[in-house]
Amino acid sequence: MTALSRDVVIIGSGAGGGTVASRVARLAAQGHSVLVLEQGPRFRDDEFTGQEVEMAGALYADRGGFLTADGTMTLAFARGYGGSTIVYTGTSLTAPERVIRRWDVPGLTYADVVERSRRYLVENNVHLLAPDRLNDNNQLFLEGAGRAGFRAEQFPLNLKGCRGSSLCNLGCPNAAKQGTNRVQLPNAERQGVEVVTRAEAQRVNERGVTVRVTPVPAGAKGLPSEWAPGDYDITAKLVVVAGGAIGTPSLLLRSRLPGLPHGVGRRFTAHPALVLVGQHPRPISNDVGHPKSFFVDRAAEERFVLETCMYFPFVTAKSLTGFGPDHGILMRDFSRLQMILVLACDRAIPGNRVTVDRLGRPVVHYRYTPEVIDAIVHATRAAAKIFFAAGTLRVHAPPADPPLIEAADRERLDELIQPRHFRAGRISISSAHLMGGAAMGRTSADSVTDSWGRVHGVPWLRVADASLFPDALEINPYVTVMALADRVADGLLSDFRSGTL
Amino acid sequence: MTRQLELFLRVVDALSSLRYRRSLGDSSLDQRVRLLHSLERAPLLLIRRGVWGLRTLVFMGHYTQPSVVDRIGYRARAAGWDARR
Repeated sequence: MTALSRDVVIIGSGAGGGTVASRVARLAAQGHSVLVLEQGPRFRDDEFTGQEVEMAGALYADRGGFLTADGTMTLAFARGYGGSTIVYTGTSLTAPERVIRRWDVPGLTYADVVERSRRYLVENNVHLLAPDRLNDNNQLFLEGAGRAGFRAEQFPLNLKGCRGSSLCNLGCPNAAKQGTNRVQLPNAERQGVEVVTRAEAQRVNERGVTVRVTPVPAGAKGLPSEWAPGDYDITAKLVVVAGGAIGTPSLLLRSRLPGLPHGVGRRFTAHPALVLVGQHPRPISNDVGHPKSFFVDRAAEERFVLETCMYFPFVTAKSLTGFGPDHGILMRDFSRLQMILVLACDRAIPGNRVTVDRLGRPVVHYRYTPEVIDAIVHATRAAAKIFFAAGTLRVHAPPADPPLIEAADRERLDELIQPRHFRAGRISISSAHLMGGAAMGRTSADSVTDSWGRVHGVPWLRVADASLFPDALEINPYVTVMALADRVADGLLSDFRSGTL
Repeated sequence: MTRQLELFLRVVDALSSLRYRRSLGDSSLDQRVRLLHSLERAPLLLIRRGVWGLRTLVFMGHYTQPSVVDRIGYRARAAGWDARR
């Protein structure tokens, strides 16, 4: 065990950890030591090949196959320099006012979230794509939504030099997406922040963090760690945990810290999502151009959001139910497929939570409530209407039986798509919006941290990621994660200034 | 995982023999599809999960082969729009 000492240790380098690192980098410039630990590796730009299985294996936890405890939902989160910002699509929305009000976290105002979000919209070059960069998959969603009576909005995106590879979820091969791996972490490193990759935090304790640095596995992508492989005991004045909504609660739980609030792991939400596919009579442009340009927000009224999307052949095949000819009829010609992602806006409930097993590994318990199933059903009906209004011949709707709905039946959508056809385990449900597990709130009786990410009763410990969310955000979360991490960094800087630390 | 999958395949084979007096490999395409469809809708979550896991592995083996990807017309490239002009 190698013993080291740092002033501040940040665990995780995604939207939360990367933001904190960038904001507190001035401490490094002033002579304090700031260390970022990232479990995954740094990737070279030429390692983003866009090959589906190869990149999923390199970037995602459990090669993209991390499942909830009952095996009915796949949770997607990345490991690497930049965390999940390597694999998101860069959709940059500010938190809805109604959600921040409903969270009711003392000290956290909507105005503050907006102001801090704005900083990152500018810093990450967020803008709307020009109309000539939108592919048919997106244009047809816009047109179909309009004809079906829905208001589609354009996603602001954090891109610089996007070539339209459509491969965002496998890591941008053109370094266009402005994730923390492109903006905040390089900025922090320029100012003297130390980032160590392939470094997994085993436990946090009153003195700091125990860390295991691993060598590069044979044949694996990514650079070797900046440190020699082995175990490290790092003492620190302050530890910021930003390992995401799975990593943060599981680290805190296996650390068994005295005085840790009982709410760790609770209030987990996920925006359960499913991919719907419609088939056009002619080829459309779908696997070129940014995949996610428009959305329909029905969260406030019907608790769902529809987003354009375009996935890769294996994920698409997995998302369709059925076998043989019913399955092949859609998969045989990818160029005719239009896709819509359906997201249900779930709510934190007592049973949905993160725990750890005997070895300290995360276990996610998730139950689909009747409200979530209803939201998925209503969202599927709405998406099917959009597909048919856009001219598709048939639509694959998993909560229908049979799932393939022909255009001739487009007037019977409400009858065909029913909650009773939603069978967990049959339908491929996934989530890339993992939230909660170390929620902000008033006291240790109802939450884990205050609105500055300070863990109740543990003054040297902060949380700065999506696990702070007390409930689902109802939009794509990364900008809000950055806004909250910005607050955590401000609190930390203030503590340094006042000499509290 | 491998043992669970082997066991599940044996169960599916046994069910095929019970229903059609033929193993899954010897039954017709129509019989196979019907059996798997019924298992996909099974009341028991364990069965549905088994079918989902099996088909996920099969699709991973099939739809990631370059020849299959080419045949179905998937053409995403790093060069994006430039590659289409």
